[in-house]
Amino acid sequence: MGLALMVLIWLITLVSTYFFVARTWWLPAGASAAAAWIDGQFTLTFILMGIVFLAAQLGLGYIVWKYQQRPTSPPVLYSHGNTKLEIIWTFLTAVLFIGLNLMGAPVWASQRWDPPADDAVKVEVTGMQFAWYFRYPGPDGTYAKTNVKLMDPSAGGEAAVGLDTNDPSAKDDVVTGTMYLPVNREVDLSLRSVDVIHSFFVPSLRFKQDAVPGLNIHMHFKPTEIGEYEIACAELCGLGHYKMHGMVHVVSQEDFDKWLAAREAEKQ
Amino acid sequence: MATPVSVHAHAAPQGFIRKYIFSLDHKVIGIQYFFLALTAVFVGMFLSLLMRIHMIWPTAVLPIVGEIKPEQYLSLLTMHGTIMVFFVLTTAPQGGFGNYVLPIQIGAPDMAFPVLNMLSFWTTFVGFIVIIAAFFVTGGAPLHGWTGYPPLSAVQSAGPGEGLGADLWITSIAIFCIASLMGALNFITTTLDLRAKGMSLMRMPLTVWSWFITAILGLLAFGVLLSAGILLLLDRNMGTSFYVPLINVNGVMMGHKGGSPLLWQHLFWFFGHPEVYIAILPGMGVTSQVLSTFSRKPIFGYKAMVYAMLAIGFFGFMVWGHHMFMSGMSPYSAFAFSILTMCIGVPSAIKTFNWLGTMWKGHIRFDTPMLYAIGFVSLFVSGGLSGPFLAQPVLDIQLHDTYFVVGHFHLIMGVAAIFGIFAATYYWFPKMFGRMMNETWGRIHFFITLAGTYAIFMPMHYLGMAGQTRRYSQFTEVAYQTKLIPLQTFMTYAAIITIAAQFIFVINLFWSMFKGPKASDNPWEATTLEWTTTTPPPHDNFGGVTPVVHHGPYEYGVPGAPRDYVMQNDPATYAAH
Repeated sequence: MGLALMVLIWLITLVSTYFFVARTWWLPAGASAAAAWIDGQFTLTFILMGIVFLAAQLGLGYIVWKYQQRPTSPPVLYSHGNTKLEIIWTFLTAVLFIGLNLMGAPVWASQRWDPPADDAVKVEVTGMQFAWYFRYPGPDGTYAKTNVKLMDPSAGGEAAVGLDTNDPSAKDDVVTGTMYLPVNREVDLSLRSVDVIHSFFVPSLRFKQDAVPGLNIHMHFKPTEIGEYEIACAELCGLGHYKMHGMVHVVSQEDFDKWLAAREAEKQ
Repeated sequence: MATPVSVHAHAAPQGFIRKYIFSLDHKVIGIQYFFLALTAVFVGMFLSLLMRIHMIWPTAVLPIVGEIKPEQYLSLLTMHGTIMVFFVLTTAPQGGFGNYVLPIQIGAPDMAFPVLNMLSFWTTFVGFIVIIAAFFVTGGAPLHGWTGYPPLSAVQSAGPGEGLGADLWITSIAIFCIASLMGALNFITTTLDLRAKGMSLMRMPLTVWSWFITAILGLLAFGVLLSAGILLLLDRNMGTSFYVPLINVNGVMMGHKGGSPLLWQHLFWFFGHPEVYIAILPGMGVTSQVLSTFSRKPIFGYKAMVYAMLAIGFFGFMVWGHHMFMSGMSPYSAFAFSILTMCIGVPSAIKTFNWLGTMWKGHIRFDTPMLYAIGFVSLFVSGGLSGPFLAQPVLDIQLHDTYFVVGHFHLIMGVAAIFGIFAATYYWFPKMFGRMMNETWGRIHFFITLAGTYAIFMPMHYLGMAGQTRRYSQFTEVAYQTKLIPLQTFMTYAAIITIAAQFIFVINLFWSMFKGPKASDNPWEATTLEWTTTTPPPHDNFGGVTPVVHHGPYEYGVPGAPRDYVMQNDPATYAAH
């Protein structure tokens, strides 16, 4: 029985570890400035936890096999523990866990506490059941007022996000269903929701933030690779949660300007 | 230390109803809780089976259930989570085994408040009926997940099931809170006041410590959830705006203004995180008890185990914000919550270390309770080690609300806690029902369940890393997620096999109840007080005798003792300790 249990525990441990190490399924390739940091911290955590995982599980398997009661077993060790070992163990775990935590902190801080770069491109993201809308403030650099009372989701576009067309700065506001971003430029994101909580999740950009009705959340990040990246809603928002999907197109600055100009032209 | 006084004594009831239905006997109430949880776990498990089938074969037409629609999938996951967390993981370990075993283990004739005890069971029962009723009302069960984040859960038009179904859901939780508060009060009073002579705090079995600390957590946590639930009911039905700001759902303005969706999250997780420990602490207690008994060795570091549980309970109330790193909560507070969360990993690691230390150089006997206790340790390690990933806000950016989280909490608070319940069932079944369970089938059940749970929940970590978001009824709408469907299919097959294997357990349970070989008073050669009395114990637990305690709870392999174990009530002293 001890042998069977050891084999099972070892097998589970090694098979599980294999798929992690082989990276059969892994984080999608990162395409933002923070990705390298986040992935580095992830890998470090993964290696440390992996060592503990292997040591604990293989040790557990070994112990249950080795100390199975047999006619030849020596008498049990009558012991109520070892305080010195407890203290060493506690200390090591505390250093490992808290140290790991502190190492990751600067990345978190820089994304949230530092202001975005001066040349950041401003985009407002609005979540609603079950679509994402993106608003660019246009040449005047100012978002016009929005009002949930003016919303008409069935009309799409500006009407869907409740753009107040009486506001003079609404003239050049562009609202789209797809997000375009210039590569290697910071994005000053302003995130909101008009109905329930949604979450703006772009795995490849290592970006996730809830969109909460009543709050306007500012975040910034920098896409670093040209490409198309999928947005998946990550907070349960109702029956269409699974299809609240969108696309981020990261393009060259040139293409971005062309695209935005075309949207402005359409609007006029 | 108070000795049990006659005030608590009540004569053995005669009629069927007072004996088995509205019983005041903690043993009967414990068994009632156990069967309630057993019913609930089968409901919850059946719901998860439907979910797994729907994810892979969305258009399948199932007998009775028919074809599952995306919104029904969300109802299934909401009800699965709620029923499992409240009516299984909180009910079985604490209400069931705690009720049955705690008074006997401390040498008391009953709980401190037998009437309150009966009331808390029947209140829980009503709560269960109310939540099941949510399936059958117009619109069906709610779809807002077990966490019930408003505005989704607060606005009737936010989705199907958000009408009467959601009202019943929150009412059931409120009823459950009241029942749990009564239970918690009873457990705390009983532990403090009704211990037998010689049963000092540091001689209490670790199971008693775990139920005691769980009760304290329950007393502090359920009151908050109850209040939060009442506010949600008011928002839903009375036009208040505690949680709902000015919003527009599908082009229609809602009548709310100025509320904060984050308020609910704070209140919910202030309960929700301690709830994780409410589910797992009794499992830790049972695991300690069983590992020591079946290794024939004293528990390694008894005091460290007690302090570790106290530390877990203490820190458990200060980490709720780690569920909210992505919520829009101040990024400053994320630091504090993150560090405190890492701190809670330390006592958890101490416990694991001590469990391994307990088996080290022991004489391990592989009876079924022991297999489950070893399984608990393995699952606790696996589920625990994904914690330090999620506790780091930077990594949580990628992992939050993905299957990585689902895998993490299922391994640790779901399956590990269930393994604790299995260990407890196989361990105390002889005392409760006077017969032994079948060992062969117990072992078969164990091996399939251990391999099966890993096959279901380990792949969830891979999925989560790849960005698979949770609570998706279909994976066909997002291109990168369609690539992950084969892994989901594998998990569905693993779930079907594992669920099927649970019938081995139920058949073994009921068959053994009537046909199993008769159990002796102390079939496991254990030391704690429940094994000093007859099997099953008499109405007042010790047949009119009040036990006196002379030893700690885990005196195995004591040099100089006639047997390899010394019962807690053995008056003899042995040179070695």
